[in-house]
Parts: sequence; C-alpha cells; structure tokens
Amino acid sequence: METYTLLRSFADSWYLLFMTAFFVGIIAWAWRPGSRKVQDEVANSIFRNDDRPAGDGAQAPSNGLSQGAR
Amino acid sequence: MWDYVKLIVLAAVAVLAAIAASHARDIAYLVHMMIFMGAAVIAFLWQIRHMEEAVHNQNEYMDGVVRYGVIATAFWGVVGFLVGVVIAFQLAFPDLNFAALQGYGNFGRLRPLHTSAVIFAFGGNALIATAFYVVQRTTAARLFGGGLAWFVFWGYQIFILMAATGYVLGSTQGQEYAEPEWLTDLWLTVVWVAFLLVYLGTLIKRREPHIYVANWFYLSFIVTIAMLHLVNNLQIPVSLFGSDSVPVWSGVQSAMVQWWYGHNAVGFFLTAGFLGMMYYFIPKQAERPVYSYKLSIIHFWALIFLYIWAGPHHLHYTALPDWAQTLGMTFSIMLWMPSWGGMINGLMTLSGAWDKLRTDPVIRMMVVAVGFYGMATFEGPMMSIRAVNSLSHYTDWTIGHVHSGALGWNGMITFGALYYLVPKLWKRERLYSLSLVSWHFWLATIGIVLYAASMWVTGIMEGLMWRQVDAQGFLVNSFADTVGAKFPMYVVRGLGGTMFLVGALIMCYNLWMTVRKVGEAKPAATAAVAAE
Repeated sequence: METYTLLRSFADSWYLLFMTAFFVGIIAWAWRPGSRKVQDEVANSIFRNDDRPAGDGAQAPSNGLSQGAR
Repeated sequence: MWDYVKLIVLAAVAVLAAIAASHARDIAYLVHMMIFMGAAVIAFLWQIRHMEEAVHNQNEYMDGVVRYGVIATAFWGVVGFLVGVVIAFQLAFPDLNFAALQGYGNFGRLRPLHTSAVIFAFGGNALIATAFYVVQRTTAARLFGGGLAWFVFWGYQIFILMAATGYVLGSTQGQEYAEPEWLTDLWLTVVWVAFLLVYLGTLIKRREPHIYVANWFYLSFIVTIAMLHLVNNLQIPVSLFGSDSVPVWSGVQSAMVQWWYGHNAVGFFLTAGFLGMMYYFIPKQAERPVYSYKLSIIHFWALIFLYIWAGPHHLHYTALPDWAQTLGMTFSIMLWMPSWGGMINGLMTLSGAWDKLRTDPVIRMMVVAVGFYGMATFEGPMMSIRAVNSLSHYTDWTIGHVHSGALGWNGMITFGALYYLVPKLWKRERLYSLSLVSWHFWLATIGIVLYAASMWVTGIMEGLMWRQVDAQGFLVNSFADTVGAKFPMYVVRGLGGTMFLVGALIMCYNLWMTVRKVGEAKPAATAAVAAE
C-alpha cells in the first residue's frame, strides 16, 4: 500500500529525528544555565495565593506573563 | 440576557429529549433521554429562580464546584468499591448472581459498572475537582468561564448516570473501559471540551508568570483523553433513536485502536492526571517544594513521549504484526525510567521531613500511594515482556496488577488529596480525627496487600495450569479445574476489597464530621465566606 510505505518511511526517518531532537532539546533546556533560579521560584510558587487570587483589584491585567504575583 | 439564552436552550433540550424518548427503539436509549429531559427541566427551574444572579468575583476562588467535586468523589468511590466487592464475591460464590434479578445483577453487567464507577466516576471526579482546585491556586486566578465549571461538573455526573444505566440495561459496545455507546460518547465529548476550555482559559488568564508542573500533567491528561476518546469511539449510529452503533474500525486495526486507547487511558487518565495531584498535594502536605523541578520537567516529557506507544503490549501473540508487538514491549520497558524518576521525585520531596511520616497519616497515605505507583510501574513493564506475558496474559495476575495501581496509587493519592482538601475547602482548622485516618490507612493498605497477593498466586497458578502438559503432550487441566483451584484466593480477594471499602466508609465519616464538628480556621480568613 503506497500511503503506508510513504508514511512508514517518513515515520522511520525525519519524524523520528524530529522527536529525538525535540526530546534532547527539552533536556538541554531544563539544564540551561540560570534555570535553577527560575525553577526554584516556580517550585515555591504553590506556597502563595492559597486563599484568594493574586492582584490588586477587580480586573487586574489578566496577562500575568511579565507580572510576578505576590 | 445570557440567562435567557440558557433558558431557551434548556427548554429546547427538554422538549427534544421528550420527543426522542417517545421514539426510542430500546430501553437504554429511553432511559438516557429521560435523564436528559429530567436534567434539562431541573436546570431550567434552577435557572429561572436565579436569573441575573450569577456574580463571579475575580478576587475569590471558585471553590463551590470543587466542594461538590469532593463530595461526588467520595460518593462514587464508595459506590464503585461496593460494586467491586459484590462482583468479587460473585466470582467466588456464583449463587450471588441472583436469578430473581433477571440477569440485570449478573457479573457481566456489574463488572463494567464497577470499572467505570471507580475509574471514571471516582477517579474522574477526583481529577476534575483537584484540577479546578490546583489550577486556581497555581495560577492565582479564578476559574475561567463563569458558570462553565458547573456545567462540567453536572455534565460529568450525567455522563456517569448514562454510562451506569446503560451497562445495567445492556447497552454496551463491548470495548473495555470504552463501553458506553455513541450517545453517551457524544455527551462526554461536549463536557470534555467545556473542561478543556475552563482549564485553558484559567491558564491563559493566570497571574503567575510560570505554569507550575502539575498543570502540565493535568493539561496533557485533558488533551490526550479527548484524542483517545474521539478516535476509539468513531462509530456510526444505526438509528438516531437507538443506542446501537457500528464501529468504523474492524479486525486487527480495531484491536490496536482499542488498546492504544485502553493503555493510554491508564497512562493519561490514571497516571498523568494523578501525577498532577502528586506534584501539588505532596509538596503542600509536606510543606516543602518538590525535590527536583528539573526532574519533574524530564518526567513529564519522557512520560508523554513514551506512554503513547506502549499499547500493543496488550496484544502479544495475536494477529497484530510482530514488529508492533515488539515496539509496544520496548516502549513499555523504557517507561520504567520516567515512572521511577517521578516516583523518586515524589518520595524525595520528603527529604528533611521524613519525621512527618510518624506524625501525619495523610502524608503516609500519599507516600504509600507513590510507593504503589513505583511498584505498579515496575510490574507493568515486566508483564509487557512477551515471554512473561505468555504466562500472565488472560490470568488474574493482570487483575492484581491493575488493582495495585488503581487501589494503591490512584486510590491512596486521592484519599490523601481529599484529607488535604476538606479542611481547606470548608475552612476547618484540622481534620476531625487523625486516628481514623490511620485506621483508614491500615485497612486500605492491608486490603490492597491481600488483594494483590491473592491475585499473584491465583494468576501464576492458573497460567501454569493452563500450559501444563503430560508426557503425551496433552493438556492436563480443564478450564474448570483452574476455576475450582482459585476459590480460596477469590475469597481472600473479596476480603481485601471489603477492608478497602470499610476504610473508605471511615474516611467519609471522618470528612463529614470534619465539616460538621470541627471549628472554623481562624487566621488568614479575612471575610472568608464561602464563595457561592
């Protein structure tokens, strides 16, 4: 079956390469220099905001990307 | 305005369900339409008495739905364990398949009721409730979507009711852990999309810069279950007014899709989702951050990358091509690494706080859960090796393995989470009784040990009996011989299950008394009235 052969060879080559590279990339990213500080910060983030949401008032900027919450 | 739209939709649903019920071709479909109609009418009446009332204060967490989820988890847990005990004793004493029930109470109908009640009703409610709790605390934001979370909760209960009534009434498509027919499947899809929306929406409007690792596990659970559910339930209804359907897949493809679904339901429902619980509740209960955040990242991605390939190990020595069987076996063995990485991460979170094991039975429960996770994820890869599988497959060893995972890992971590959540959610200063938690802990642990040990013995015994041949090469034992030999182990299994059930009942009493009798938590509760 032609589709099968095509997909199979793609899966065995480029896609396998992509997935392996992606996975190795994640490991490298987790160990990147300076990651420890960020990771410690995230690991401790569960110990705040236990009783109510963060932020000052009614409609605080909903995009928390830049704004650390405490 | 929006409330009026809801009223119109609910009224339309009630009328359409009534019409469909009158055209029903089978009893299961009729009952399901009555459930829809009843739910729509109740929701309509509730809505009309609460017009324009909904206030969603963004400075408060939405905990009402989590409280309902906790209650539903405890309730369905007891129901699921009870049905499990019943069918365990039905296997030991076939007379318990009462003739007076006309087959409705037979093992064959109650067995999917048990598996779905514990996995989807108990486990599913635990996952939804804790997901809603954890995502709010870790994003420091109220749940997205206003009342949508309530739709997820009640919609999921309707799904459970439909599945359960369907099994008893004989509506099943016969795929393990995917028994519900097309109508129930469609309804679950709607609820699940709403679940995903609430979860993603909350993550997007988060007020914390980073997404805590527990959320990654919960999100992968939601997304993957959606994918599995859709692919494995591709089927064409025979009639719009009947519950029968014809599957799109056939032959070995059907078997492969089913076990791709089945194993990843274990991997993403019972593992990834519950790992989300582990990564939040163990650090919270131990009051220490997770042992290694790096390891948790690797744990997540390795688990995601490997689990999805492991399904073929359910089809060793079948018509499935050999290379696919080998692939499934290989990936199952590789899975050992991330699983144990995660187990070590959970256990080592207690380093420096091991003394808590002596004083805090809740953390003891969570640690034993992680221990069972490690045991089950060691046993699983071992059983997936083809040579081992030739002995273990189709025997009770598999049942024992599933239960050491389900009772030990899923059950215990959920109990731990419930003990953590109830004082928090009802603003109590502590649990009613720690010694009752200890009672629950020991009953459950000894119950699991009895269960798993008896199933190892009976599984390996029957596997060996099946393959025993005499000097002429004839099989020595008939199937009925193995059934007779298994009787004592079946009784022990039933006793183990009974102990587990009693433990859960003690938990319910303890949690009930915590809410009723324990005083309010004093500090940090500034104007802390329940949100709803």
